[in-house]
Amino acid sequence: MRILVIEDDQETAAYLVKALKEAGHIADLARDGEAGFAMASSESYDVLVVDRMLPKRDGLSVISELRGNGDRTPVLILSALGQVDDRVKGLRSGGDDYLAKPYAFSELLARIEVLARRNTPAEADTRYRVGDLELDRLSRHVSRDGETIFLQPREFRLLEYLMKNAGTVVTRTMLLENVWDYHFDPQTNVIDVHISRLRGKIDKNFDRQLLHTVRGAGYVIRDDA
Amino acid sequence: MPKSGARPARLRLLRTTAFKLAAVYLAVFAVFAAFLIFYIAKNTTQLITAQVAEAVDEEVKDLARHFDVGGIGRLARVIDRRSRQPGASLYVVVTPAGDILVGNVAAVPPEVLESQSSALRPIPYSRLDEEGEAGEHVALARVFAMPGGFRLLVGRDIGERQHFVAVIRQALFLTVGLMVVLGLASWIFVSRRVLKRIDSISATSRQIMSGDLSGRLEVTGTADEFDRLAVSLNAMLARIEALMAGLKQVSDNIAHDLKTPLTRMRSRVEQALARAEDVEQCKDTLAATLEDADQLIRTFDALLMIARTEAGSSGLAFAKTDAAAIVADMVELYEPVAEEAGVTLAAEPQEGPVAFIGNRELVSQAIANLVDNAIKHASEVEEPRVTISLCRVEGALEVAVSDNGPGIPEADRARVVERFVRLDESRSRPGFGLGLSLVAAVAKLHEGHLRLEDAAPGLRAVLVLPEQEEPENEPDAAQGKTDAAAALA
Repeated sequence: MRILVIEDDQETAAYLVKALKEAGHIADLARDGEAGFAMASSESYDVLVVDRMLPKRDGLSVISELRGNGDRTPVLILSALGQVDDRVKGLRSGGDDYLAKPYAFSELLARIEVLARRNTPAEADTRYRVGDLELDRLSRHVSRDGETIFLQPREFRLLEYLMKNAGTVVTRTMLLENVWDYHFDPQTNVIDVHISRLRGKIDKNFDRQLLHTVRGAGYVIRDDA
Repeated sequence: MPKSGARPARLRLLRTTAFKLAAVYLAVFAVFAAFLIFYIAKNTTQLITAQVAEAVDEEVKDLARHFDVGGIGRLARVIDRRSRQPGASLYVVVTPAGDILVGNVAAVPPEVLESQSSALRPIPYSRLDEEGEAGEHVALARVFAMPGGFRLLVGRDIGERQHFVAVIRQALFLTVGLMVVLGLASWIFVSRRVLKRIDSISATSRQIMSGDLSGRLEVTGTADEFDRLAVSLNAMLARIEALMAGLKQVSDNIAHDLKTPLTRMRSRVEQALARAEDVEQCKDTLAATLEDADQLIRTFDALLMIARTEAGSSGLAFAKTDAAAIVADMVELYEPVAEEAGVTLAAEPQEGPVAFIGNRELVSQAIANLVDNAIKHASEVEEPRVTISLCRVEGALEVAVSDNGPGIPEADRARVVERFVRLDESRSRPGFGLGLSLVAAVAKLHEGHLRLEDAAPGLRAVLVLPEQEEPENEPDAAQGKTDAAAALA
């Protein structure tokens, strides 16, 4: 995946680029808004990671202009520590996701990978399939190996989100945001318990586990076979 | 300091507001006094002149009658008699030749008697006193032409008037002089006093600036403006001191609570470096370290969140939100956790939405924290249960989370709201001791408060959210639920 990081803080930028490369991506770096805009418009990237506060040109205006030029590359906005967190403004200017500092790199990486999938055809699918697990978004029917699995509405949304991003790690915060529509950090393992319930329904009586826990990051649904 | 301070001290007295005020007042009052005295003098002189004129006219009329009756001889006799009376007027009768026929005046300038005008005017004259000595005096006199070429001068000495004017003038000089002296004295007194108070305030502020926050300004008890200022400043200082103490306590707690996991992480990594032999072992250590790091990040996030909420960041959108939906969501979110802990979690059923104005994210996080705490504490007893109820009491929405756990002793209830305070001294249960602090901060942001009560048995935590004005046409708020939710990162 080609990722453009527009970040002025030298240390953060160096760390981000290195970590993204280690995660197997190609990462380019722009140090200010002007350079970032030039690079984003001239080259093709899968995801842009844009800091809100940039020298020469504000991150949000870079995003707005890219969007104005018809560039639909997914953008993840980073907001600085202590800044008034205006998620709404960020998302309205054309950003696709928003992450406040300090963040865990695993969180950033998971969000970048989920963002990169946005423009793939799978997005529009009405049926998701991972191994022998099937989910029909229209009839809200879930089955594994032909056997119907009954899920609560929230469990269905949880599985739907996991399957939409099958093969990609999703974090607990991402699940809370996308499945429950809450943006806070639940102090206890509430999400873990929901996952283990879901796991009890889709994985329990089967040899092959599909829903995996990624230590220190989150969860992924994937058919390892 | 004393050497360099001596000269400016004198200059400083001149630069004070008191000096400027004193100078202005002095000028104003001096002008006023001068005006008053001149006014009195002028009026008095006029009055005296009028009286003299009247007396002279009376006398002339009387003398004219005597002349009509007995001719110049009778007039001379009458004048001669009157002249001898004490306090007599001035009389002079001159013959057509210009010689003084009769009178009590030694000499009168000849041009006065020759004048054709009969107007009252001041004239210099010499008086015949007992010793026959002549003294120079001034009189107001009138000269009349009498039949037969005689001329009559009648006047009154105005030495009294002159004297009066002199007295007034003296009074003026005295008054102005006294005023200057008193003005200077009061200026010195006032500025000394004011300077002393201000100097004491400056000294105390410098002491406070140098780090001693316990210093307070002197309150003299006179209830003057300086006292009021000192009282206000002292109140401000007390607030700052309390805030600083709070800050210090928080940073001490942070140091303690963050150092512990860091130390644990460090020793774990150290051991792994020294002993780990296979990759699996290393991976386990790394995974555990990662979890510790995540925990630290979460602690920081929680702290930042509390700080942001307490600061009432303007980026936090308030919108019309349904409390019943939030409660239902939280019950749904925590139900599996509760079930795992064997706790019965339920919300009292609501009929329809319960609308309130607030920040959905923060209020839901606050309720989540209360539910989280309740589940943790209830799980220690038999048949644990946690109940969430919503009700409106006196213009406020009350969200109550009750458990039947051990509860909190009344003495500790105020303390548990503070950051990092955990009644569980051994810190065996998970948590950072930040949950209730955040709830209290959220309540404060909504101009409400957190009330902890005895649920007998257990704890009843009540989040009181007073009803607020609906924000007007705020684009963020108008967008509703999702945007309000998104306003918080």
